[in-house]
Amino acid sequence: MINLNVERKALAGWIAEGASVLDLGCGDGELLAHLISAKHVRAQGIELSEQAISHCVAQGLSVFQQDIDTGLSEYSDNAFDYVILNQTLQQVKKPAFALQEALRVGKRVIVGIPNFAYYKARASIFRGRVPVTASLPYQWHDTPNLHFLSLLDFKDYCKNHNITIQCTFYAASNREVKVWPNLLAEVGYFLLSKPAV
Amino acid sequence: MEDNKLISKTETNKAQSYIFASPPHELPLESGEKIGPITLAYETFGELNEDKSNVILICHALTGDSHVSGVGGWWSNLVGPGRGIDTDKYFVVCSNVLGGCKGSTGPVSIDPKTGKPYGTNFPLVTISDIVNAQRDLIDHLGIKRLLSVVGGSMGGMQVLQWMVSYPQHVRSAIPIATAMKHTPQQIAFNEVGRQSVMADPDWQGGDYYGKASPAKGLAIARMIGHITYMSDASMAEKFGRKFRSQRGPFKFSPDFEVEGYLRNRGDNFVHRFDANSYLYLTKAIDYFNILNGHSLGSIFKGLKAKVLVIAFKSDWLYPVYQSQEIAKACKLSGVNASYIELAASYGHDSFLVEIEQEAKLIGNFLQGVYNGKGDLPKP
Repeated sequence: MINLNVERKALAGWIAEGASVLDLGCGDGELLAHLISAKHVRAQGIELSEQAISHCVAQGLSVFQQDIDTGLSEYSDNAFDYVILNQTLQQVKKPAFALQEALRVGKRVIVGIPNFAYYKARASIFRGRVPVTASLPYQWHDTPNLHFLSLLDFKDYCKNHNITIQCTFYAASNREVKVWPNLLAEVGYFLLSKPAV
Repeated sequence: MEDNKLISKTETNKAQSYIFASPPHELPLESGEKIGPITLAYETFGELNEDKSNVILICHALTGDSHVSGVGGWWSNLVGPGRGIDTDKYFVVCSNVLGGCKGSTGPVSIDPKTGKPYGTNFPLVTISDIVNAQRDLIDHLGIKRLLSVVGGSMGGMQVLQWMVSYPQHVRSAIPIATAMKHTPQQIAFNEVGRQSVMADPDWQGGDYYGKASPAKGLAIARMIGHITYMSDASMAEKFGRKFRSQRGPFKFSPDFEVEGYLRNRGDNFVHRFDANSYLYLTKAIDYFNILNGHSLGSIFKGLKAKVLVIAFKSDWLYPVYQSQEIAKACKLSGVNASYIELAASYGHDSFLVEIEQEAKLIGNFLQGVYNGKGDLPKP
């Protein structure tokens, strides 16, 4: 298992003490549990996997089995201080819709994505093979990822949709990446605020 | 080894009776009528700890009773030493509902005014009345707060009622395979069951005690019930199109396995259940509507308890959308809740029979509540 210490720390740094947080695709609740202990957030998760939910429940987390692709209609606008889409966006059927819903329900949104343009991934493709890396650990036939994007692709998307990127954090092998992130980072995190009207 | 332990525990756990609400302090009912004295039959399992913080109230479904655990217990696969609801750790209380026929006051009981069984003179009881009576029992046991209230189906309705009627008294709640209100389809199935009982000439307007009971009508009601508790897949797996081993010449005798099973279940049921109780309790379920004019966002407002809502994908009698609605109400009311749909294939009965995942989940959840894990700071 990857040690996500550096990344968790960075994300916790973006979140205000005691804030309310909704984690879309919260998995086994590791990040939420960390945010509760580090930032005393009021946390809620949404997850599809029965097993992951069982794990969350054991930690005392509040988690709902729900498909993000069907929307978040029961949540009112700005219901949460932060909505997190960590390693989720590339797995949902309609990422644009998921992001739009997240930006509606959250005052801020944190997105974490695997970087398809990471140099090892590029090298793989250059050798004629679909990349299998630490942040993209799956074979072509068993991957839950439906969409492949680079850090630049995501930045372009935000720009084209007037979504403001307030902070970024890039990492590879549990270290922060500061130069040439689109080449050297395995994962990227973005703190977003709503589209300027 | 484990069985020995179970048996020794059960032997010390015979049903007890609590008698209360004697005139002039009768229990006021939702209908405006009063009833008293009331007897509640109840059983306890496990040991009450010193500060009485380990109490779990289990609410039974339509035809259940207080014998939730131990030999022959209706949920002993889930409730017992080392089980999902671990009686080595928790003190479990289970009582037969008001209106039932397993030791608690119901239509078969003697009406003190006439000296004869109530029959259909028994007042209409609702889920809220059932819970009010349970509350009296819990008070009598000297318990201020329940660690959890747990129940499936009609038991789940009682759990929801506890969350609304006595929010201060519950630290957590686990409504399973249940609904905030019955749909027309659910009422329709119950009505067919009731009509079956009432169409039996032996029903006699409910005045059959001491005479032949409406056994045929009640047995058919139970057969219908059983069909709705199972799923297409579980019936196919259990019976297929198999024929019974002893099969006579064709005379509409039961030749399919499933026919024999249903007849058998129906016939057994009449020996252990009172037809009038069946009528009264199915009505209590049909009338249940926890919202009762409230919105989803206000119904659980201010509830501090943690809630775990469990549904089963194969349950077509209480479809998952009804549990999703409970989960949604929790969300909108700002309650700390979790919602999960389990993949068990056994239909509505899944909560009683396919309990492996359910037990793990409930065990984990209770452990978290008991240890105060994940308790959130106030907003």
